[in-house]
Amino acid sequence: MTIEIDNLRIRFGEREVVKGVSFDIEGGDSFGIVGESGSGKSTVLRAMAGLNEDWQGRISFSGEDAPQKRPPSFFRKVQMVFQDPYGSLHPRQTIDRILSELPLVHKMDRIDDRIAKVLSDVALPQNARFRYPHQLSGGQRQRVAIARALIAEPEVLLLDEPTSALDVSVQAEILNLLADLRVERKLTYVMVSHNLSVIAHLCSQVGVMVDGQMVEQLTAEDLRLGKAVHPHTQELRRLSVELEEPV
Amino acid sequence: MLVDIQNLKIGFKSRTGFHQAVKGVSLKLGTEKLGIVGESGSGKSLTARALMKLLPKSTVIEADTLAFDGIDVLSASERQMRQIRGKRAGFILQDPKYSLNPVKTIGAQVAESWRTHKGGSRREALEAAVNLLEQVQIRNPQVVAKSYPHEVSGGMGQRVMIAMMLAPDPELLIADEPTSALDATVQAEILRLIEELVAERGMGLLLISHDLPLVSHFCDRVMVMYSGRVMEELKASELLSAKHPYTRGLLNCMPSLIHPKDRLPVLARDPEWLK
Repeated sequence: MTIEIDNLRIRFGEREVVKGVSFDIEGGDSFGIVGESGSGKSTVLRAMAGLNEDWQGRISFSGEDAPQKRPPSFFRKVQMVFQDPYGSLHPRQTIDRILSELPLVHKMDRIDDRIAKVLSDVALPQNARFRYPHQLSGGQRQRVAIARALIAEPEVLLLDEPTSALDVSVQAEILNLLADLRVERKLTYVMVSHNLSVIAHLCSQVGVMVDGQMVEQLTAEDLRLGKAVHPHTQELRRLSVELEEPV
Repeated sequence: MLVDIQNLKIGFKSRTGFHQAVKGVSLKLGTEKLGIVGESGSGKSLTARALMKLLPKSTVIEADTLAFDGIDVLSASERQMRQIRGKRAGFILQDPKYSLNPVKTIGAQVAESWRTHKGGSRREALEAAVNLLEQVQIRNPQVVAKSYPHEVSGGMGQRVMIAMMLAPDPELLIADEPTSALDATVQAEILRLIEELVAERGMGLLLISHDLPLVSHFCDRVMVMYSGRVMEELKASELLSAKHPYTRGLLNCMPSLIHPKDRLPVLARDPEWLK
C-alpha cells in the first residue's frame, strides 16, 4: 500500500511540533524515521495511525486521502505496534482476550482459528493463549503486541520503537520476525526509532527529523556509506559508528 | 581496595518457593572504571544495590565478603550505612524523571544533598548548589536552580542528578544505566562528563549497562554477567574480541551500521554456561 504524507503539520496548543513533513513510501517498502526525543517522530506516526485527529496537511493510503476521523475499516488496513510491551497489553486480560478484541469489533469469522494461526505466525506456543501478560517475558509480550496488530490482516504496520525496551538478544529475534513477516505478508512498514543501526537494518529508506522538520531523506545504503548531507544526520552516524568500532 | 565482594548470593522468598537471583559473584574495585554488562535479569543491578544495602528486608543476602572500604556491609547498621550512602558512595539511576522530587526546585534538592553531608547555612548550601550545577556544565546554573524537574530536559535532569551525587565528594560512583533514557548525542556528553569528574576527583566508578559497545569504550575493565553468574571478566579494550560464547553472542546479535547483515544471528543459550 503506497503512503503519501504531504506537508503534515501538528500543533499542541500554541506549540507547533510537526512543521510541514512530507514523504512518500511505496507499497511493500519500509521507511524509517530517526530523531531525538521531542523531534516529533512519534507524533507523525500517531497522526498516521489515526490516534491524533487534529492535524493539517495530507495523509493518504493507496492514493486515498485519510479523513481526520478514520472509519472502522481503516483499522483493518493499518495497525500499530508500541514501544513498551509492559505497558501496551492489558494486565488483567488473557492473551486470548487481547487478541480477540479486534476480530470481535470487526465481526470477523473463525476467530478461534485466526488466533491459533497468528500465534504460530509470531512463533509463540499455543499454550501462551490462556496466559496473562505478566506470565510472559518481554520478548514474548512484544510478539503478542505484533500478533494483535497482525490479526487485523493489515497492509501497513506502524512501529514505534518496537525493540528499544528489549535486550539486544531479544531485539535480534523481534527484528528477524518483523523482516520475515514483511516478506511473507507483503506489508509496508513505517518505523520510528532513535537507533540508527536498527533503522538501517530493517528499513530501505530513512528520514531524519530535527525539531519538527524532516531535514533529510536518504536510502539506508547511503546512510551506511556516510553520504548523509545534513550535519545532524552526520553527527548521529558518527556517534553510532564510533560505538561500533573497537577502541 | 574500595569494594571487595566475594561469593555474593542474593535470593528472594516468594509464594511459590525460593528464587536465587545472584549465584556467587565476586569482584574487586579500586580507583578505576569497572563496567558490569548483561541482559535484564542477570543480577547486575542487584549486585550494586546489595553493596549499598538497598534491597528489601525480605531479601536473603549471603556473601563470604561484602565490604566497602573495609566496612562489612552485611553486619553494618543503618546508621553506619547512612554514612556510606551518598556521602562516600554516590548512586546515579537510570531515569532522572523518577529520581528527582517533582515538587521541589532543582536548586533546593542539590542544596539539601550538600547540606545533609556538609552542614552549613541554607544560603551557603544554595550557593554551593549553583556552583555544583556549574561544575556539571550547566550553562545558566542560576536559572536551572530555580526550575522544577519537569521544566528541564532528560539530559539536564541527569546532570542535576550527577551534581547531587558530587556534593559530598564521594569516593565511589555507582551509575546504573545512567544514559539509557537519553538521546545518543546527550549520552555522549553525559559520559564525557562522568569520565572527567571521575578522573579529576580520583573516584572509583561502577557502571552498570546493557550496552556492550558503550562499556567497552568507557571503562577500564568489564565483567559480563548472565543469570546471576559472572561469565567472564576482561579488559574493556578486549571486549569486542571476547572469547566467551555468551559475550560473542550478545555482540553478534546487534545490528550494525557499517557491516550490514541480512539476518541477525540469534543468541543460542548453552546450559553449560551455568555450570
